[in-house]
Amino acid sequence: MAKKTPFYEKHVQNKGKIVEFAGFLMPVQFEGIIPEHNAVRDSVGVFDVSHMGEVEIKGSDRVKFVNYVTTNDASQLAINQVQYSTMLYPDAGIVDDLLVYNLADRVLLVVNAANTEKDYMWILENKKYDVEIENISDAVGQLAIQGPKAEPVMQKLFDVDLSTLKYYWTTETNMKGIPVVLSRTGYTGEDGFEVYLDKKYAADVWDMIFSAGQDFGIRPIGLGARDTLRFEMRYCLYGNDIDKTTNPLEAGLSWIVRLNKDEFIGKEPLLAIKQRGIQRKLVGLEALGKGIPRQHQEIHAGDEKVGFVTSGTFAPSLKKGISMGYVNLVHAKVGNKLKVMGKEPIEVEIIKGPFYKHGSHK
Amino acid sequence: MANVIDGVKYTKEHEWIKIEGDVAIEGLTDYAQSELSDIVMVELPDVGRKTKAGDAIGTIEAVKAVTDIYAGLSGEVTEVNEKVTADPALVNKDPYGEGWLYKIKIEDAKEVDNLLSPEQYKELIEKK
Repeated sequence: MAKKTPFYEKHVQNKGKIVEFAGFLMPVQFEGIIPEHNAVRDSVGVFDVSHMGEVEIKGSDRVKFVNYVTTNDASQLAINQVQYSTMLYPDAGIVDDLLVYNLADRVLLVVNAANTEKDYMWILENKKYDVEIENISDAVGQLAIQGPKAEPVMQKLFDVDLSTLKYYWTTETNMKGIPVVLSRTGYTGEDGFEVYLDKKYAADVWDMIFSAGQDFGIRPIGLGARDTLRFEMRYCLYGNDIDKTTNPLEAGLSWIVRLNKDEFIGKEPLLAIKQRGIQRKLVGLEALGKGIPRQHQEIHAGDEKVGFVTSGTFAPSLKKGISMGYVNLVHAKVGNKLKVMGKEPIEVEIIKGPFYKHGSHK
Repeated sequence: MANVIDGVKYTKEHEWIKIEGDVAIEGLTDYAQSELSDIVMVELPDVGRKTKAGDAIGTIEAVKAVTDIYAGLSGEVTEVNEKVTADPALVNKDPYGEGWLYKIKIEDAKEVDNLLSPEQYKELIEKK
């Protein structure tokens, strides 16, 4: 039986089209993917991301332990700093990508909804040092408030000066009396915040944010636009672009892998992969003409299959088809033109950086 | 609930067909446009193309999904709606009106008997 997030009733009231996703009943869209997408790029929108999992690590060795199960260097985190990272299997396949919150008395790991149980078991299995591990996902509600107008909206609800809360920093504070963890994070390419709260406050928090955002045309955003927004930034989606059969080096995630830090799970195979070189690379592919590449389609150079599409969509901000896929290294150069084998072959070009280059995040 | 209008026939592939003498106007049903959501590209057959009922003769791409357009009847394409190729969202906004897709000259009037009535189509989508 699919779970409901603490905001489920709000989605029904707002006439969200509800689908099952990662075991949760979630709104895939409200008024439409494109208007919702544009609202976040131009102003501000609110995503229910309560389906995401939260695993809390306490104990005196919490940072040391997190540093052992993740690839980025958690030991470099100041209190209240946030870090994007991955967890690996011993063969360097990816368990999940996640956020690491280094709070004053605990570390919070925020993981993908579909992976929560798997991740929690993985972390327990690899437990060492002085730590306590708890999956608190069911008790936590989470909203993402994203867009260039996110700060003026949220500032109405906090006494702290939000302009001092920088990208990838967090604070434990209160929102008009309700205790929350607030971070300047998101997965849209726009400025914005994520807020974690006890689910019993969900309705109040939702109402406060929507009344604060009324003047900015704030609106709820479904999973459909969440995907197009992350995709235009070329952010990876676990299950599509990365999974246990891919390693972070070929996925372009070497910036969150610190091979020079102490022992961590997956380090040895990564060193070996680095030494012999990756065989394929996750690239961004922009359609040159019409046609939209779709997941699982083959990528060809001439008549030769050189890769496959992991995600494909129409990009509302660019008004063209975009995709990501793994391509054999020799063909993976920026500027290279390839074909995605849709019903009609679609000509695509490998691009550098995000597809959408005008995001407001700082 | 999706809108199923009277005065037209339907196919299992979620097209509506309006018969006007020996010409059929075809389009996508309200149910189909709402399932696809945000249509961003419509490719229609060339005028003059001969079709057999059931042929894939065009493509509709939405942000997250793609579907073929299947000919509901055999015949020759006499006109396509250039407005929807220029503004594909018309199919979402007005599927039974301005969002029509193409017209064909009916080759075999007996094929019309194979199409679904509004009641039959309603039943089909309610089962989904």
